[in-house]
Amino acid sequence: MAAVVKPPGEPTAKPGGLRAWLYKRLPIEEFLETQLTGYFAPKNFNVWYFFGFIAIVVLVIQLVTGIYLTMFYKPGEATSFDSVEFIMREVNSGWLIRYLHSTGASAFFIVVYLHMFRALLYGSYKAPRELLWVFGMLVYLALMAEAFMGYVLPWGNMSYWAAQVIVNVFGVIPGIGPGLVEWIRGDYGIADSTLNRFFALHVAAVPLGLLLLVVLHLVALRRTGSSNPDGIEIKEKLGADGKPLDGIPFHPYYTVKDTFGISVFLVLFAIVVFFVPTLNGLFLEHANFLPADPLSTPEPITPSWYFTPYYAMLRAIPNQRLGALVLVFGVMSYMFLPWLDRSPVKSMRYRGWLSKAFLTLFVISFLGLMYLGLQLPTRTAQIMARILTVPYLAYFWLMPFYTRWERCKPVPERVRFHAHG
Amino acid sequence: MADSGVIADNAVDDSRRKFLLSATVATGAVGVAFTAVPFIASWTPSERARALGAPVDFDLSKLEPGQMATVIWQRQPIYIVRRTPEMVASLAGHDSRLKDPKSEDSDQPPYATNQMRSRVADYLVLIGVCTHLGCLPKQRFDRGNPELGADWPGGFACPCHGSRFDLAGRVFEGSPASVNLKVPPYALADARKLIVGVNDVKGAA
Repeated sequence: MAAVVKPPGEPTAKPGGLRAWLYKRLPIEEFLETQLTGYFAPKNFNVWYFFGFIAIVVLVIQLVTGIYLTMFYKPGEATSFDSVEFIMREVNSGWLIRYLHSTGASAFFIVVYLHMFRALLYGSYKAPRELLWVFGMLVYLALMAEAFMGYVLPWGNMSYWAAQVIVNVFGVIPGIGPGLVEWIRGDYGIADSTLNRFFALHVAAVPLGLLLLVVLHLVALRRTGSSNPDGIEIKEKLGADGKPLDGIPFHPYYTVKDTFGISVFLVLFAIVVFFVPTLNGLFLEHANFLPADPLSTPEPITPSWYFTPYYAMLRAIPNQRLGALVLVFGVMSYMFLPWLDRSPVKSMRYRGWLSKAFLTLFVISFLGLMYLGLQLPTRTAQIMARILTVPYLAYFWLMPFYTRWERCKPVPERVRFHAHG
Repeated sequence: MADSGVIADNAVDDSRRKFLLSATVATGAVGVAFTAVPFIASWTPSERARALGAPVDFDLSKLEPGQMATVIWQRQPIYIVRRTPEMVASLAGHDSRLKDPKSEDSDQPPYATNQMRSRVADYLVLIGVCTHLGCLPKQRFDRGNPELGADWPGGFACPCHGSRFDLAGRVFEGSPASVNLKVPPYALADARKLIVGVNDVKGAA
């Protein structure tokens, strides 16, 4: 391909040196060329395009701090809570490693939610990026499983009751439900057996799956290339040299941009870690500083903030099976977006007012449900959650209609980009 | 060619190849399914967990009328309430506000399938686990509890998702829970001794 400047494998290093020796044995040169210097990304990325890279950095933070936590943590009904306190009080810098990990979990979801919103805003999930989106959603599901099981490990009282509630959701499946719940727990209630298997899944099985899915997500991204705020395929406008006219090499342009983004992120991250690691009960809930007690349910019992939009839906429905169904439906709806969206344009910039209104209502209902899920289950909260569930689901399932009815603006030939003065 | 049993050097018998391929895949799949059995079985309750799930005794003389005690059986809290005559009388007045007043869709032994949901009117025995998602319903025995409204007849309220139950563990309309609180198998050995986990006293031996 003309985009490649040098023939791949031709070492830039002097012959006889270590780099030349390596290049002969590992495809380093090709990798750098195809993935960084020869990979062209649209030149009009804005602030919304930081979050994919930040998510990878958070994943690395979680892997490193997680490995260190397993060196001091002892899974088990009798040992878990004490070993976490041991980490907090007696392991040197243990408190920092744990707070990095617990803050990292919340940061992961903040970053992923912003990353997902970017896709909704600019239609990044639309053809040809359907699989990219589906892999991303699978990453999100794996992340939810990982976060839930990790939350159980400190064996605080909220850990115990979160496990009780979430595992019981499986009980509504007709026929096999109760047997399935007992199988997941390995006992008649949430017990030592549950804690130990969650530990195994949290530190080994799910992270392996998560890494595989992240790789698939990136491989699919490299195949289609990134979308951009204008929703124009840059590969369709190639210059005489065969390079996209509106593309710039990922390295050095976006490596530098992402370095700036990650610097800002790490400053905010450090502020939380050092000054407000519990974020007033939002990142680490107060009830979880008490050991698990099967005879005392915390009031109110709420999952971590990143699950509360779905939890609010579950609580809002006055029927067990229907509530669980709405919860699953609410989470899985994202998966179908590429096929629900019938709009001829990708970006919200060129869509009609209906798409904009539905997306706005969706964001309001998502945040509203998130808030309600953290409150006590009063009648008002229940009714509010029921009302907000409607625009949430309507955004997805009315999409085939409103994206076809509305009148879109013409999409420009080339991406709009103004260099800074 | 196939008749003579001789195949020319370069000829490929497609149907034979297809058969061998599917036979290999099918055999492999059966092997994988059988190999999965021990791994799936390892997650079921262990022998130790099962042994610890044996019946438990409770001394009823500890309870005054209107009081509740909690014992653990099979890792579940068991609520034992000694109901006052007023509490028993309160059960008759609100059938129209219940989802399953006759306990037809709910889970209880046959001897508890009645309005009181118990063997005897004085003692109520329930699994204290909300049938919605497993939280512990709190005891709210006072009539007209300010949180639950002036028409509250006394009962249990779940702090997690707001399910409400009466003094027989029957669920009120408007609760996310769909069925009444479960009644565990239990037996009354004598005036003082209650056994949770068996249907009759002989079974407890």
